[in-house]
Amino acid sequence: MSTADLFAILRGLPWTVALTLGAFLAGAVLGVPLVAARQSRILPVRFVAMIFIQIVRGIPPILWLFIIFFGLGMSVFPISPFNAAIAGLGLIAAANMAEIYRGALASIHFGQWEASLALNLGRWSTLTDVVAPQAFRVALPSAASYLIGLMKETAVASTIGVSELAFQGNQLSQLTFRGLEVFALVGMFYILLSLPVAWLSRVADSYLQAKVAR
Amino acid sequence: MLPSYEELSAWLPDLLSGLSISLQVTALSLLIGIPFGLLLALGVLAKSRLTKILALFLVEVGRGAPALVLLQFIYFGLPTTGLTLGSFTAAVIALAWNTGAYSSEIIRASLQSIPHGQREAAVAIGLNRLDALRYVLLPQGLRVALPALLAFSILIFQGTSLCFTIALPELVSRAYEIGSNTFRYFPALLAAGVLYASISIPAALLVSHVEKRAGSYAQR
Repeated sequence: MSTADLFAILRGLPWTVALTLGAFLAGAVLGVPLVAARQSRILPVRFVAMIFIQIVRGIPPILWLFIIFFGLGMSVFPISPFNAAIAGLGLIAAANMAEIYRGALASIHFGQWEASLALNLGRWSTLTDVVAPQAFRVALPSAASYLIGLMKETAVASTIGVSELAFQGNQLSQLTFRGLEVFALVGMFYILLSLPVAWLSRVADSYLQAKVAR
Repeated sequence: MLPSYEELSAWLPDLLSGLSISLQVTALSLLIGIPFGLLLALGVLAKSRLTKILALFLVEVGRGAPALVLLQFIYFGLPTTGLTLGSFTAAVIALAWNTGAYSSEIIRASLQSIPHGQREAAVAIGLNRLDALRYVLLPQGLRVALPALLAFSILIFQGTSLCFTIALPELVSRAYEIGSNTFRYFPALLAAGVLYASISIPAALLVSHVEKRAGSYAQR
């Protein structure tokens, strides 16, 4: 392995980071209306949201990317590999984040709702002022470990030609016939990328956890 | 956009044989991976330092690196050392490693969730370490671990789709091939998606049912 080879793999790093952050952001934002629909008081809305989440989670990520990139991209509207990857991974992230939010909401003690009712807070105010701030803290560790999982999932974007880490590794191993070192190095980069996220999550968790009533 | 009836009946045998390969890879990976995970969990908990470091290394790499990279490492990387594997074998080894790494963490956590008195009681009635594990700790630990292991099995089933990249003719490869032959990508991929969902959605519902049932054990 020369330094040139190392830099060849490192060229994929910004793409992996961009894919991870883009998909996670899309998922974290879209997950909110999804969990609201999932918890709605109107049965059909709740049902549709549940089916949607199940279907998105029931199909492997690589197939979502193919459906968007080859399926829709070839027949309906042309889409770039990067955008297709963001759309597919963002969709999956939204469904998974909605489930994480739901778990966090469920973990809030029902006394909090009762106390808000006793204080004559409205449904909206109860949610935004009392429940959501606490649920956010409960959701944080699972969201962080999902972020790490999503980062590893972005490797599938290499199959539709986004030039991220796994893609660069693949190219280099075909060029140099030294797959062993190349893929070991690529794997190491993914592990290294997950370390700061895990560390930040632990720090934030120990700082925030004290403020949750349960 | 949707596949016609003629298309479906022409594609279905191909897709189903792809699905059967996906299921075979899943079953073998789990059959090898979960016992391997148990060994890794015991290795991480072992007193010997060397065993501990080796087990931790296998666990951290197996969980830390994406399954796709593990697959390519074994399929494209190992041949440079002179060890060439078929794509099926490579798929099973990589996914079994992945399974082993994740399930070792699940099993370790559930073994540690058993009250300490159980081990002490096992020692008090004169069981040696192995018997204490076999008759006292594992039966209780695995019961706690079961829902998480089942949930992970669904992920491994979906993970077999990554074997597309090492030219294993599983479900995604078949659908992609049909797409590139007929240029009907969307309907073919959609059909594959329906097949995946028809297995993983009922399985997910089953897992959440088992989770609720098992919750009553974990309460104690």
